[in-house]
Amino acid sequence: MTAEGKTASFQLDGATVPFEPGQTVIQAALAAGHYIPHLCYHPEFKPHGSCRVCTVEVDGRTVASCTLQAQDGMEVLSQSDRLRKEHQTLVQMLFVEGNHFCPSCEQSGNCRLQAVAYDLDIMSAELDHLFPNRPVDASHPEILLEFNRCILCELCVRASAEVDGKNVFALSGRGITKHLIVNAESGRLADTDIAVTDKAMEVCPVGVILRKGVGFRVPIGERRFDRQPISAQAREDAPRRPTTGNEDST
Amino acid sequence: MGTHAELEAIVDRYSGESTALLQILREAQEIEGWLPPATLTCLARLLEMPRARVEGVAGFYSFLHIERAGRYRVLFSDNITDRMAGNSELLDRFCNSLWLERGKTSEDGLALVDTTSCTGMCDQGPAMLVNGWAIPQLTPARVDEVAELIRSHTPVEDWPAALFQIEDNIHRSDMLLDASLEPGAAIRAAATSGPLATLEAIQCSNLRGRGGAGFATGLKWQSCRNATGDMHYVVCNADEGEPGTFKDRVLLTRYADLVFEGMTVCAFVIGARKGFLYLRGEYRHLLAPLQEVLARRRSDGLLGNDICGQPGFEFDIDIHLGAGAYICGEESALIESLEGRRGIPRNRPPYPVTHGYLQQPTTVNNVETFCAAALIALRGGEWYAGIGTGKSTGTKVLSVSGDCVRPGIYEYPFGVTVRQVLEDCGAQRTQAVQISGPSGTCIDATEFERRIAFEDLPTAGAFMVFDESRDIFEVASNFVHFFAHESCGFCTPCRVGTTLLRNVIDKLHKGKGSQHDLNQIFKLSRLLQSASHCGLGHTACNPLLDTIKRFRPAYERRLESLEFEPAFDLDGALERARAMTGRDDAGAHLRTDE
Amino acid sequence: MNDAAQPKVRVATTSLAGCFGCHMSFLDIDERLFELLERIEFDRSPFTDIKHCGPCDVGLIEGGICNADNVHVLREFRKNCKILVAVGACAVNGGLPAQRNHIDLGECLEEVYVTEISLAKGCIPNDPELPLPLDKVHPLHEVVKIDYFLPGCPPTADAIWKFLTDLLAGRTPHLGHGLIHYD
Ligand SMILES: Cc1cc2nc3c(=O)[nH]c(=O)nc-3n(C[C@H](O)[C@H](O)[C@H](O)COP(=O)(O)O)c2cc1C
Ligand code: SF4
Ligand code: SF4
Ligand code: SF4
Repeated sequence: MTAEGKTASFQLDGATVPFEPGQTVIQAALAAGHYIPHLCYHPEFKPHGSCRVCTVEVDGRTVASCTLQAQDGMEVLSQSDRLRKEHQTLVQMLFVEGNHFCPSCEQSGNCRLQAVAYDLDIMSAELDHLFPNRPVDASHPEILLEFNRCILCELCVRASAEVDGKNVFALSGRGITKHLIVNAESGRLADTDIAVTDKAMEVCPVGVILRKGVGFRVPIGERRFDRQPISAQAREDAPRRPTTGNEDST
Repeated sequence: MGTHAELEAIVDRYSGESTALLQILREAQEIEGWLPPATLTCLARLLEMPRARVEGVAGFYSFLHIERAGRYRVLFSDNITDRMAGNSELLDRFCNSLWLERGKTSEDGLALVDTTSCTGMCDQGPAMLVNGWAIPQLTPARVDEVAELIRSHTPVEDWPAALFQIEDNIHRSDMLLDASLEPGAAIRAAATSGPLATLEAIQCSNLRGRGGAGFATGLKWQSCRNATGDMHYVVCNADEGEPGTFKDRVLLTRYADLVFEGMTVCAFVIGARKGFLYLRGEYRHLLAPLQEVLARRRSDGLLGNDICGQPGFEFDIDIHLGAGAYICGEESALIESLEGRRGIPRNRPPYPVTHGYLQQPTTVNNVETFCAAALIALRGGEWYAGIGTGKSTGTKVLSVSGDCVRPGIYEYPFGVTVRQVLEDCGAQRTQAVQISGPSGTCIDATEFERRIAFEDLPTAGAFMVFDESRDIFEVASNFVHFFAHESCGFCTPCRVGTTLLRNVIDKLHKGKGSQHDLNQIFKLSRLLQSASHCGLGHTACNPLLDTIKRFRPAYERRLESLEFEPAFDLDGALERARAMTGRDDAGAHLRTDE
Repeated sequence: MNDAAQPKVRVATTSLAGCFGCHMSFLDIDERLFELLERIEFDRSPFTDIKHCGPCDVGLIEGGICNADNVHVLREFRKNCKILVAVGACAVNGGLPAQRNHIDLGECLEEVYVTEISLAKGCIPNDPELPLPLDKVHPLHEVVKIDYFLPGCPPTADAIWKFLTDLLAGRTPHLGHGLIHYD
């Protein structure tokens, strides 16, 4: 609410978006059913601002909408030609940075990176692939870590620290060598205290942290983003309180 | 690994504070020259923090090694000025004489040789760091001497002091470098006029930050003073990572009292009791002398309790040493690093003035800014405002290097022309000048009448000169590699974009480029400029855009065709198969001109 | 549509480091194939016996680049086709064959021809007739300029149909939800 008592709002690509104090632009937009592409933002966690896929334009400045505090009367653009091209290139960068072979990925159809790419009409990564060498960690009896698909969003890091209270994951390295590590001297997931019921198990937007033996359960055509494009599912990403991973959702 | 007792002693010396993690890791590394996995585990236990966090921090900084490094870690400074002075040949010579392969620790664990970003010795390069200690003015003879000392396993402490002799090279001084301030004079002046009047003097001086961005210092101090918090902090940014910049090194060598004086005046104004000097790891040699200055100031009553006899004015300064990360010069990344974390720039707002060190109000200023502030406290804002230009008051200390007769330190009132500086340093047949380092601007000979000032050519101090014999493409290429190496990796555009740009540049370097590659450069540059999280990403493509604009033929010469060339060397990609099959017939090659 | 005066669009297709799955999917457009054949004619393609590509309007390429021969064929297509399309996951990003990219080629060859018992009797074949493998498998766009991409493993018949009808009608191909797939 503004001082005069009316609901505060901003303009997003011409639509009026109301917001509550403290909300960032993407939070208010998603709550109102307006989609802005995003990957490292998650409705249950503090906005992070690292993937930059939610980049918007405000008064000629380009900013990440996940960390930008909403202000009354603000004019926000998320769909100009220029921004769309930038969104595309950012997503393409994430594809060439890792090794993404969707046909053999358990997460295909439920993967947010893929869904965001579909929604942006990305037909190819177009950039030159970096083809990094990232060995998988299959040490854990129940969980597989497929680092080739990691987009470094830190959601697992945040979930493990903030919700599970465990710090199973962290980032190491710098620049293009930045990578995910686990909390064990051996470097093996089996030597951490991760549990399949952890919140960290359910937040990965792509196909890195996988339950062994449960892949490819949902038939093609019925997976989350087969049913509807990610842009039509904006409300599901509206801000909400973190739930612990311990409530078994299955 | 270091014994438990050794590590415990280090941790105890820092009172087990997790904020000291970087300092602790740096010291722990001195035990064995690297940080073995068990050392990280032990430190994590002692500090009661997750092991993964300790490893994450250790893996971030270039000077910390989590893979086995040698007893001697030799890093050749690789700024373009080191290149121009022949560092590559010296590095090869050094590797050959010790039978080493660059980037690989020798089998016997004796040494690791590699390159590192600019070490701030551009006026006396090429330079190297041995276990963190700077050795400038490398020549074949000096390189051979170092190799011999390593071969004979002589401890670095016992090496001849002459190797580590670093010159100040001050060639032009003005009111700042000429100031002979009696220690405590500025503090006493501030104490006499009071914090508000001192703040007003800073404001009326129109002093703007010397670290690059040029933010009004008075406004910063005022915002910080007005911000509420349990503690206020003063931080001096001595990370000086911008290649080609070395003036803070000289200020800290010769004018340390002035720097600390400025910090103390700032503390007095904003109400801080604690200050930090964040000293880049490359200036390890300055740590002990600076600590001596601090100790002297403590015993002279210029630090500690009741400073200058002012009851209740309490302030002290700690020095934190960095460990090889340019991004830690960005103020919020610097604060993260001070807190013992990976140097990742924070989301802003909130800004450090309200939520800085430990989320408390913090003033971060450059070394030179504090020097100027001390003088203003002593002599008044109006005096200062009378020097320089209307929008850029005072003087600027430049670090001049490259193709000139007298590289070194030059202080000028703001408004000096580039041509004047070139004349004074004895530069001839100058083709281009890189102002303010890779993140700054590259200008050509048609622009030498431009002025060093915030309203024309703002600068953090670097002034690198390239004469007509230089290939400007090599300059740009060096800078592109710098940014790819120094990107912190937090955000996608900079993390991936700087590496893609580096790959394109390397392709052009081999003469394998096409118009398509130039288009890629423009496309990636636009994205970096608009979507990056911090200034590093925003400016990472400046060297490319500036030089393509002014020296386009340097790029065009390297195009293989106007349309498209493969991303990789096709014939080279068959090399492995040729070696495995022993084939060398025509079918075993892929020509490019087909 | 049946304007006899309108010349047919000449299309060439080939499979490089692919599995012919994309070609099979093409055939899956079933009876729409007849409609298509009124508009197009094939040049070099597994559907014809033409061995080398002549001047064409459209080249459809399945599979990535894993050896020298793939490079030659790709260049032949680029030289002759006005529009070159990368069809399927392997052409677009290397696909399954590119999963060898983190293994050293030498080790690969040793494993296949020397360590494993094989017809090659323990040595790596060096017959000049055989194309040499590249050290890594690459997508097409890293070797020549590609004009359009049609992802999928394989792209469905409907996606291929939509793509080609758009192209033939002079529209920028657009797949949209349901047809765009990387798997
Ligand atoms: C990538 C990057 C590196 C920086 N490096 C330095 C540095 O080495 N020294 C410095 O004083 N400021 C540096 N800055 C600027 C600081 O963020 C900050 O603006 C400055 O320390 C403020 O002090 P000032 O107002 O006195 O200039 C850097 C900024 C960026 C974005
Ligand atoms: S993580 Fe997503 S984009 Fe990557 S391979 Fe799996 S489905 Fe494809
Ligand atoms: S594993 Fe998944 S959640 Fe964790 S950083 Fe990588 S992509 Fe993000
Ligand atoms: S722009 Fe570069 S240095 Fe800055 S936060 Fe992003 S990755 Fe890090």
